[in-house]
Amino acid sequence: MQLLRIEAPGGKLTFLLLVAPAALWLTALIIAPHIQLFIISFHEPSTSNAVATGLSNYREFFVEPLYWRTFARTAIISIITTILAVIIGLPVSYYIAKLTRGYRKSVLFVACLLPFWVSELVRTLGWMILLRETGVVSNLLQVLGFVNHPVELLYNDATIIVGLVYTSILFMVVPLVNAFDSLDDSLVEAGYDLGGNIFSVTWDIIIPHAMPGLMSGCIVVFMLSLGNYATPTLLGGKNSLWFTEQIYAQFITRFNWEQGAAFGFLLLILSSAIIWLALRITRQRLVDVVR
Amino acid sequence: MAESDLSIINLTKTYDRLTAVDRVSFTVPQGSFFSILGPSGCGKTTLLRMLAGFISPDSGDICIGGTSVLNLPPNRRPINMVFQHLALFPNMTVAENVAYGLRRRGLDKAEIAQRVQKMLARVSLPDAGPKQIDQLSGGQKQRIAIARCLVLEPALLLLDEPLGALDLKLREHMKIELKQLQAEIGTTFVYITHDQSEALVMSDHVAVMNRGRLEQIGTPQELYYKPKSAFVAGFVGVSNRLNCRIVSHNNAELILETQQGLNLHSSAIKIDKTYTGSAVAYVRPEAILIARDHAAVSSFSNQIEAKIGSILFDGANSSAILNLPQGESLMVALPQDGRMSMLQVGETVHIGWHPEATLCFPENTV
Repeated sequence: MQLLRIEAPGGKLTFLLLVAPAALWLTALIIAPHIQLFIISFHEPSTSNAVATGLSNYREFFVEPLYWRTFARTAIISIITTILAVIIGLPVSYYIAKLTRGYRKSVLFVACLLPFWVSELVRTLGWMILLRETGVVSNLLQVLGFVNHPVELLYNDATIIVGLVYTSILFMVVPLVNAFDSLDDSLVEAGYDLGGNIFSVTWDIIIPHAMPGLMSGCIVVFMLSLGNYATPTLLGGKNSLWFTEQIYAQFITRFNWEQGAAFGFLLLILSSAIIWLALRITRQRLVDVVR
Repeated sequence: MAESDLSIINLTKTYDRLTAVDRVSFTVPQGSFFSILGPSGCGKTTLLRMLAGFISPDSGDICIGGTSVLNLPPNRRPINMVFQHLALFPNMTVAENVAYGLRRRGLDKAEIAQRVQKMLARVSLPDAGPKQIDQLSGGQKQRIAIARCLVLEPALLLLDEPLGALDLKLREHMKIELKQLQAEIGTTFVYITHDQSEALVMSDHVAVMNRGRLEQIGTPQELYYKPKSAFVAGFVGVSNRLNCRIVSHNNAELILETQQGLNLHSSAIKIDKTYTGSAVAYVRPEAILIARDHAAVSSFSNQIEAKIGSILFDGANSSAILNLPQGESLMVALPQDGRMSMLQVGETVHIGWHPEATLCFPENTV
């Protein structure tokens, strides 16, 4: 998207009026609460009414292995989810963008969109119906004779990953379809014409072209997975050990807002750091990625 | 037959009910500049894409030096293509673009660098290597796109209207440059275009295509002066087209009458003696002599007195549109020596032309 240069008289006022709702929304719902949380996160836990400030909430994260290991686990599973979303998303989006047109293209696109008309909770419950011990897949395996007793497919890491990929794949497909739409077919043909094969053309021509779209898809999928709560909790069960669960537990179960606020900030800082690192490694600039 | 002559035998491609390319056969001698000329939708692009290997024909064969290449995929054919919009890879530098095909062949780095440098020097851009594609001008991009193919030493280079996107001045310049480059390098060029001037200026041989079929193959001069069909006569160069009926037909001369009653004499007859239907006649603007006095045109068998309708001044290509008393209008080239430069609209002039300059064809072949 390109910002138009506003040159009409009173253009500045128009610009301010247009920006005002977004600015208000950002301030009231994102920035203000975060400032509050930021302050709280430095409050030392105490039983008295007197407030002391310090870094003990942050120290707790690094000292207590449960916390930072939960974060590491959350980050690694989110990265695996992102990689899987790329592996599935690339061919799907290429097919939608390049190999279909007209009516079929719309149908396929809507098919990707359709699951998102249902709430995330209901979608996840759908997976539970399929995968639980007395569920559809377990019964089917028994009927077909692959197993002779019910199998529990829920409550393990693979299931969490399946659920997360399912929940976030659309956010990979949409930017990739846009990226591929703008790829000139003759570039791909030129690649073949000059002696390339499917791998070299994909690697040298298609992926570099789609890189900004790919990275923006990766950022959204990674952030959505990292911050997801319902899917890992429901599919992973009580022992899913997801970082957002820790935050939830601190705020709601243990009523330790100070600790929860610190975790919230750590999540923000660490995930931003991971994205910064990913952009550095792939040599992409954030401005290109969000365009 | 030379080692890498291209021959196309009865090539046919049908989409649904439309026959895009219909039993096309021709041979391109090694080292020549061959153009395929035709209006858009005539099947020339389909033909080119079949040569490159992006489309497979329904029937027929494509041979290079007598060996069929039909079963080779595009990446293994000794044929490379310059795309309409050039399709240079924007994420690579100029040198990387030129090196792309060599890298695919697995040559070692030192040799690739050396051959790329040699090729860049060949297209007069020796220092362009480290540049990005968007730093190049239109003409430079053109040369890099050609260099990227020629570095692979293909038996055949296909060019898909690559000059179409350039502005007029540059296009005129690139025409000459392409012709010279082809002559220097000696690779067979097959050039696709709808612009008859490009085809005439650059080519050794031109094939004119219409509705999926070949109308005529010949040198530019043959196509211009001896068109075999009404389509070629009308498509190649500028011509006055007159719809006529046949008045009389003996062996040497045909007398035609236009719908408005103008009589024409023709000795360039492509009409069978038994044919009695309507005919079309083509007269080139430069074949018509224009003069102020009748004496100058008295030796011609076609002579008419006409009024100047409008003057189209374009330097050496100036012409006038004349209104004939019968109601027709004719385009006439003005002499380049400026004798007629003082012509006024409405002035009466005399025109005349030889019977061999009236090319006539049966109408149903158009």
